[in-house]
Amino acid sequence: MNTICIMCPMGCPLTIEKQGDEIIVSGNTCKRGEKYGKDEFQHPKRAITTLVKLQNGGVASVKTSDAVPKERIFDVVKFIGTLVADDGVQIGDIIATDILSLGVDVVVTGRK
Amino acid sequence: MKYDCIVIGGGVIGTAVLDRLSKYSVNALLVEKEDDVASFTTRANSGIVHAGYDCEPNTLKARFNVRGNELMWQDVCELDVPHLKCASIVVARDDQLDRLEALKEKADKNGVPVRILNAGQTRVIEPNVADEIVYSLYAPTAGIVSPYQLAIAYADRAILNGGKIQLNAEVTAIKRTDGGFVVTTSAGDFECKCLINCAGANGAEINDLAGAEHFETTYRRGDYFVLDNTERKNVHTVIFPLPTEAGKGILVAPTADGNVIYGPTAVDTTDKTDTATSLASLDEVRKNVPLSYKTPAFNKCIRVYGGLRTLIGHDFVIKQSEAVPDFIMAIGICSPGLSSAPAIAEYIEQIVVDKLSLVKKDNIVKQMPRCGRLAELSSEQLDELIAKDSAWGRIVCRCEKVTEAEIVRAIHSPLPATTVDAVKRRTRAGMGRCQGGFCGPKVMEIISRELNIPLNEVKKGGGASIARFKVKEVE
Amino acid sequence: MMRDLYFDVAIIGGGPAGMAAALSARKTGASVVILERDVRLGGILNQCIHQGFGLHYFGEEMTGPEYADRFRKAVESEDITVMLECMVLALTKDKTVTALSPTQGLCKIHAKAVVLAMGCRERTAGAIALAGTRPAGIYTAGMAQKICNIDGYLVGKEVVILGSGDIGLIMARRMTTEGAKVKLVLELMPYSSGLKRNIVQCLDDYGIPIKYSHTITRVVGSPRLTGLYYAPVGKDRKPVLEQEQYISCDTLLLSVGLIPENDLLNGLDVEMSPVTQGAVVDENRMTSVEGIFSCGNVLHVHDLVDNVSEEAEIAGRSAATYTLGAALIGDGFVSVTAKDGVRYSLPQRISKGEGKVRIFFRVGDVYKNCKLIAETASEQLVSKKFMVLAPGEMGSFEIDRSRIDGDVTVRLEV
Repeated sequence: MNTICIMCPMGCPLTIEKQGDEIIVSGNTCKRGEKYGKDEFQHPKRAITTLVKLQNGGVASVKTSDAVPKERIFDVVKFIGTLVADDGVQIGDIIATDILSLGVDVVVTGRK
Repeated sequence: MKYDCIVIGGGVIGTAVLDRLSKYSVNALLVEKEDDVASFTTRANSGIVHAGYDCEPNTLKARFNVRGNELMWQDVCELDVPHLKCASIVVARDDQLDRLEALKEKADKNGVPVRILNAGQTRVIEPNVADEIVYSLYAPTAGIVSPYQLAIAYADRAILNGGKIQLNAEVTAIKRTDGGFVVTTSAGDFECKCLINCAGANGAEINDLAGAEHFETTYRRGDYFVLDNTERKNVHTVIFPLPTEAGKGILVAPTADGNVIYGPTAVDTTDKTDTATSLASLDEVRKNVPLSYKTPAFNKCIRVYGGLRTLIGHDFVIKQSEAVPDFIMAIGICSPGLSSAPAIAEYIEQIVVDKLSLVKKDNIVKQMPRCGRLAELSSEQLDELIAKDSAWGRIVCRCEKVTEAEIVRAIHSPLPATTVDAVKRRTRAGMGRCQGGFCGPKVMEIISRELNIPLNEVKKGGGASIARFKVKEVE
Repeated sequence: MMRDLYFDVAIIGGGPAGMAAALSARKTGASVVILERDVRLGGILNQCIHQGFGLHYFGEEMTGPEYADRFRKAVESEDITVMLECMVLALTKDKTVTALSPTQGLCKIHAKAVVLAMGCRERTAGAIALAGTRPAGIYTAGMAQKICNIDGYLVGKEVVILGSGDIGLIMARRMTTEGAKVKLVLELMPYSSGLKRNIVQCLDDYGIPIKYSHTITRVVGSPRLTGLYYAPVGKDRKPVLEQEQYISCDTLLLSVGLIPENDLLNGLDVEMSPVTQGAVVDENRMTSVEGIFSCGNVLHVHDLVDNVSEEAEIAGRSAATYTLGAALIGDGFVSVTAKDGVRYSLPQRISKGEGKVRIFFRVGDVYKNCKLIAETASEQLVSKKFMVLAPGEMGSFEIDRSRIDGDVTVRLEV
């Protein structure tokens, strides 16, 4: 398969092939690209950034601590939508751990 | 309560009428279907105070334009409305001198001072006319005014003098009663002795609702470009081409707010709500501007808009109804309607004063307080203001340098600005080159705070909100 | 009374460029003030809650607010004066900055050097003369981003996006994530003006279609947008009206270009580039007016904040050096001019001297298997092969100043 690496803004064009048991990634210019290519071939994953409600009615921005399976993006967003964080949360605070048993946490990234 | 007088329509004509009537001991109400005055025709006007040379002599247009021009320069000073008596020129090529001379003859008949200038004289007035231009008709009494700010100022002063304004009140029925009328609106019924139709694009319809004279109305849309205020230095006067059957033509003019406009086109339409610009019409402007102006800067465009002129035959219809007593109409007010507004109001004032035997009140507000825009304040004045209210030091609109204090003042003005557009018309916040991209959300926040409503209930104008759905509550 | 304040370096703007410039100016030994119009430092980064920042500069993947926070903390830990809610009203050639703030009132900041770091603004519906009605529902992508990510509201549920700039693509994903339906992206050009990876992760991932060489012919609806007409464009980029199609939507987001916000320079004799719409600068990021420096998106629009930070460090360090009286430039300048497919290169001039200088460039079209060449009349300085170059992605190369014997030309060989 052919795809564009999204690990950094370079956007390297990747070619990913299975040769026997091995997955061969070409077109990448770094190690992260190779890992992305392999993941993308086997099981695409994406990190998610979204918002979480605060008790005061405002919002704070959050991210998942790691990428989650691509097909679970909307499950994760929906779950984060049920959370209500303390008004005092700060950048770096973890407001939920191991969500949906995916092994990732929800981390605050920004505040108004 | 029964009003002495109800004015239908909050454009520049209706607000000017209410303002004049409010000087008397009278219960006067203005009903407007939109959420602010100056929301339709007046809002999308060229803002030119015409001298009155091109009106057919002995028409109402000629009469009210010439008198309106005289009154206008006094009104805008009293009302503290942005204006500039910058004159106008009608430009002509070598083969068009006879048409300029014909215009001058009309001007003489209308009693309007004008002069025909040669190529050199023309360029003293406006260095940037197109190279082909060798003559112009110079009209020193012409100028520019902010049309919506004029209507808003009339409304504000009227309210200070006791006039009432009911917004969001679309007239749906008018019933004749013994002593006058019952006007049914979307905001309730109102009774009055005397009814004045200043309903702009809906003027003929209001006449029909009242059972007054029926008129066929046509509409003509005009599209404009608004240029960045950096272009203002290149345009010194109002530049008209020679007028045609369709109107005064595509002009290049400074605006009282410090921008430049190119337009309008003249597109006939049957839809009285049709103010949508079109690619073809905008191209028409692009094609025509270079014919009179040699340095067009369409790349400095910050906004395009369309406005509608309402036409009933060839003249204004301003009179008392012969069919319905105590019903007065000022309809079919196309160009030069803005220029004529003060004179039309003066004329209607006289009719109503005679009819209801009104007497002037004492202690009316004549001179409106200086508005105090940031750019016009000295550093001492500004410091004094900031000491009292730090909001004077907080610039919300970076393009037009509008402070939070000015926005708050607009929200709490006699006719309160309750929408983003209403704040924009009063303060210019959002009218600059970023078109509210930066200040829009801040203005919304201030309106939300001052009116104590949630952000998603703050409207752009016309009833539509901007921040609509709370995130995480979207189904 | 107008207050007078004195600093070596005044930095106008407290976004990524301003913060990085301030830090490097302070480290070089100058006294520094940052004049920021918002209530906090960080600029537009605060609303860019997606990832993609910092890989290059910090070696880790960060969101915008995190990247801003890292710099904000660094600024706070240094002896740098920060004036918030402080709007600069005027700047003169003698480096006097007039500013207004609710706490300080009207101030005159007398600086020895000024760093321009005001960022850019988005092109609007008005700027592109969008035909049709003027309803609620039409916003620049950045305004919708602010209302969503900071205020917590969606501007609509059925979205069309005009333009494929990065903010537009990012907002396509954001609106989708928050429950809106992004129906279509229209791009006037035959290629995207954004980063390739944003096409993949913001559109392709969510099945959002993009139509290249298409534009909007008119919008309809009042007081709210109800839909729009669009059509393919011919070679002249004018719509082919016979092929006009309708699509219903309640929201139109515009991502049709960014413009460096240099309005403060009106009336000042700073030489401007008509291509970048920013100042013409040398390798120190000094403009044609001595002591006035420029960096970040107000100089030229970047696609990566990491590059902004690096560029701003150069400007801040140079501004401080200038105020401390040290020699900043060598003996005379050579010009660096872009041609043959290279839309612009920056800096536009380099002073003669030693060491390497990094030149940034952007191409004017999509080019495949091309070679970028930098040369003087007598010598080829750089020849670098690229598999693909696109207008949406800024490139760079280094040249050795000691080898420069005259004006430099940067061109593309296809």
